[in-house]
Amino acid sequence: MASTPTSQPPVKTNRIGLSVMEYKGGKTTLCAGCGHNAISERVIDAMYEMGVQPERVAKFSGIGCSSKSPAYFLSRSHSFNAVHGRMPSIATGALLANRTLVGIGVSGDGDSASIGMGQFVHLMRRNLPMIYIIEDNGVYGLTKGQFSATADLGSKLKTGVINDLPPIDTCAMAIELGATMVGRSFSGDKKQVLTLLKAAIAHKGTVMLDIISPCVTFNDHEGSTKSYKYMKDHDEPLHDVNFVPQFEDITVDYEPGSTTEVTMHDGSRLLLRKLEEDYDPTNRIEAVKRLMQAHDKGEVLTGLFYINTKAPSFLEMLHMTEKPLATLPESVTKPPKSVLDEVMESLK
Amino acid sequence: MATDVVVQQQRQGPPPAKAVNDWSIQVATVNGSGSQSANMVLLRSIFQMGIPVSGKNLFPSNIAGLPTWFTIRANKDGYIARKKEVDFLIAMNPETAVEDVKSLDPGAAVLYDEPLNLSAIRNDVGFYSVPFDKLTAAVCPEAKLRKLVKNMVYVGVAAQLIGIDMGQVEKAVRKQFKKKQKAADLNFAAVKAGYDYAASSLKKADHCYVEPMNATQGKIIIDGNAAAALGSMFAGCTVVTWYPITPSSSLVEQMIDYMKHYRIGADGKATFAIVQAEDELAAIGMVLGAGWSGARSMTATSGPGISLMAEFAGLGYYAEVPGVIWNIQRTGPSTGLPTRTMQGDILSTAVLSHGDTKHIMLIPNSVAECFDMAFDAFELAEHFQTPVFVMSDLDLGMNNWMSDPFKYPDRPIKRGKVLSKADLEKLGSFARYKDVDGDGIGYRTLPGTEHPAASYFTRGSGHNEKAQYSERPDDYQNNMDRLAKKFETARSHVPKPDVDTGKSKIGIIAYGTSHWAIVESRDQLRKEYKLETDYLRLKAYPFTREVHDFVKNHDRVYLVEQNRDAQMLDLLKLDLSVDQLHKLRSIRHYNGLPLDARSVTDELVTQEGK
Ligand SMILES: Cc1ncc(C[n+]2csc(CCOP(=O)(O)OP(=O)(O)O)c2C)c(N)n1
Ligand code: SF4
Repeated sequence: MASTPTSQPPVKTNRIGLSVMEYKGGKTTLCAGCGHNAISERVIDAMYEMGVQPERVAKFSGIGCSSKSPAYFLSRSHSFNAVHGRMPSIATGALLANRTLVGIGVSGDGDSASIGMGQFVHLMRRNLPMIYIIEDNGVYGLTKGQFSATADLGSKLKTGVINDLPPIDTCAMAIELGATMVGRSFSGDKKQVLTLLKAAIAHKGTVMLDIISPCVTFNDHEGSTKSYKYMKDHDEPLHDVNFVPQFEDITVDYEPGSTTEVTMHDGSRLLLRKLEEDYDPTNRIEAVKRLMQAHDKGEVLTGLFYINTKAPSFLEMLHMTEKPLATLPESVTKPPKSVLDEVMESLK
Repeated sequence: MATDVVVQQQRQGPPPAKAVNDWSIQVATVNGSGSQSANMVLLRSIFQMGIPVSGKNLFPSNIAGLPTWFTIRANKDGYIARKKEVDFLIAMNPETAVEDVKSLDPGAAVLYDEPLNLSAIRNDVGFYSVPFDKLTAAVCPEAKLRKLVKNMVYVGVAAQLIGIDMGQVEKAVRKQFKKKQKAADLNFAAVKAGYDYAASSLKKADHCYVEPMNATQGKIIIDGNAAAALGSMFAGCTVVTWYPITPSSSLVEQMIDYMKHYRIGADGKATFAIVQAEDELAAIGMVLGAGWSGARSMTATSGPGISLMAEFAGLGYYAEVPGVIWNIQRTGPSTGLPTRTMQGDILSTAVLSHGDTKHIMLIPNSVAECFDMAFDAFELAEHFQTPVFVMSDLDLGMNNWMSDPFKYPDRPIKRGKVLSKADLEKLGSFARYKDVDGDGIGYRTLPGTEHPAASYFTRGSGHNEKAQYSERPDDYQNNMDRLAKKFETARSHVPKPDVDTGKSKIGIIAYGTSHWAIVESRDQLRKEYKLETDYLRLKAYPFTREVHDFVKNHDRVYLVEQNRDAQMLDLLKLDLSVDQLHKLRSIRHYNGLPLDARSVTDELVTQEGK
């Protein structure tokens, strides 16, 4: 029995001997109370608990507040902040080049459901092994509060504009298109988000998680109107913190099968319904049906909607070597002179 | 309307006398009628007789039905550029026949399908009337196949009239149909029928003759896209992504064939990934993702695809990610003439994207250079950690060219400044965008490198040396200055131009496929006008020192290019000192057809005031 004569309590470590500190990222620059921060925290917890080697993770994102998230977890992983909406292709290329990486992408609802819709749907149908998270707040955060394509019918912008287009359900789409693990949660539901993320890390295929993530700033109709015009002139730079009210994170905890009502920072209410424990997530058609029913009832259904562990992944379909293409030696990637001679002979 | 796509131009000189191994045949057919095999057989037979030959396919943007022309130029002196004038027309397309015949020069000859009844149109060209249907029916009992086999009949007729060796024709037919013995037999029977008919019923009415030579021995015939595909395979490319667009599609399609054949590992698994992307945005995105991860990755596209890639091209430049993009240029703007050639994307590609962005471009002039530059492109992309564009064009990419066999790239593949785990253990840390070596190129690590100091954050927004987000004015400016320095470094790394100088105070600069017209034009200028010229063929952007020297050492410099706006001239102007600018003159060709020597000669002579 080894005993360490120290007054410090031993640091808790995971199965690969790393502490949770080693999964942290940079200090967040997002608004206090932004749901995106809570999601970053859960990613840290999930990676830690699953004992993923941080260096093996590749983080991807597009452009938006949500897409800044990869900076706030897993500093020891490589990260690629792509262009607006086109993260899926960057992730696809990167993971094709090195299939041993654990890919995690973070996108926004604007990023994925509008400008990036084309790449989003094609990532889903390829079933490329990676985790794709949409931090879904129904608005464009970074460009200061326009509607996104997931905004609910009839919802109101702080400017008073009413949304009269139906929302796109990214989960229903992902299921239909071929993603093999699809779920939805709420950023304040620590337990559910963490559970889904841990399952996602274990899954070999495209995981699409739509996580409702309140935007405290642009759902806050009061107090910001004055600043709104000013800030609108500045696109990319982060919002002036002076204008961001300090909000508490919203948290919820409720049982499977039950419904809970969440009051958002702006006073609007969200009716969350968690799938019951005996729900069968292998039934694709039932999954889409339940999503549609929830829409009709005005509920946001959460939980794991669909999982298929048998479908071949994109990497399997390509019959690629197990080794990373990126680092194959020249002896493998450059055919010998005899091959060129053979081809030249056939062209004579 | 057929007239909307006409391609012939009138001859400006007197009709030729007897021409041995120096003439052009044009075959006018209907797109989709299967004439390609017949044309290849004709081309190959001449090639096999040792005569330098080139073939150009002028085809419409259409699957079937519109007129298409295939021109075969035989030239004993080895000139392989397009020749404007047609000596021998094979008129198989009723739609264009009359206009095709009208546009011929006096002294030319026309071989036509009997029912077209063309001989009444004019009396200063020779005519051969051939009952194609009757001849075809006799050798091809199966009515379904007759449409295809019919084309082989004109091969036989032409062979007899011009004097092409039937042994060579048979060999070419067998090569064309490879292992399909029955098809080869049937097609050769059709050739024979045409040959016999010509021998018994036609009287020579053209001036074209062939005599065996020894100028093609050991040479190969291949198109530029296949050469590029081969080159990319031997360059160790592992990720290919693409979205179909003429004239680049065949590059990747041929690459798929080669890679499936030659790049399967010992375990039976592919040592590559080829992905048809959902569009060009995704295609270049995947290239950059893979390049970032450390793979040699590439895509191939053409003008409209290049436009779509603009945002990502800027990201690749600014975030410093390698990747190779083949631009097989076609005629723009917009959809333009999608199946015609042009050097129309020079300027837009050089600065593709927003902000201060500039890219390395390589410009092959031959199938051999398509092969070689594929290797160079990956080397440069990884060395400079940036997208590299290879500016081919439709003429080079989709036409068949003869060439010496390609040389095996003996040079080892270099992966650029990549730090491994062991390097990091020694160094302790690294700063991704620090100019350690004074060449503007930083060091990078690949994702998955198992060292806590390996990771860095790649982004298109402002960053400092350590790749941290930064909006500080000094960080931004330092970074941009380093990128400019990197581009300066590239000047001495890109392929140097070919320079032929010291004979004249008149210089010509050209690039890409224009080269072949320049070679011929310089001879014309010498022979016809006693005008010596010096010549510099650009192979890359940025311009190397030789380009500056060339301008400095000449009184007048003609920049010849295949676009309306003198795009390369504009780039050169940005580079030269003001006192050199007055020397530059421009010769441009932009009708969608490959450049021909006569156009250059005439224009240069006019500008020289001769
Ligand atoms: C091509 C392009 N168009 C527009 C923008 C401006 N832009 C930046 S972020 C963004 C929307 C972000 O919204 P979302 O993805 O929902 O993320 P959030 O900020 O709400 O987390 C837009 C439109 C851009 N960066 N690039
Ligand atoms: S603007 Fe909204 S989405 Fe962006 S950081 Fe602030 S709260 Fe989050």
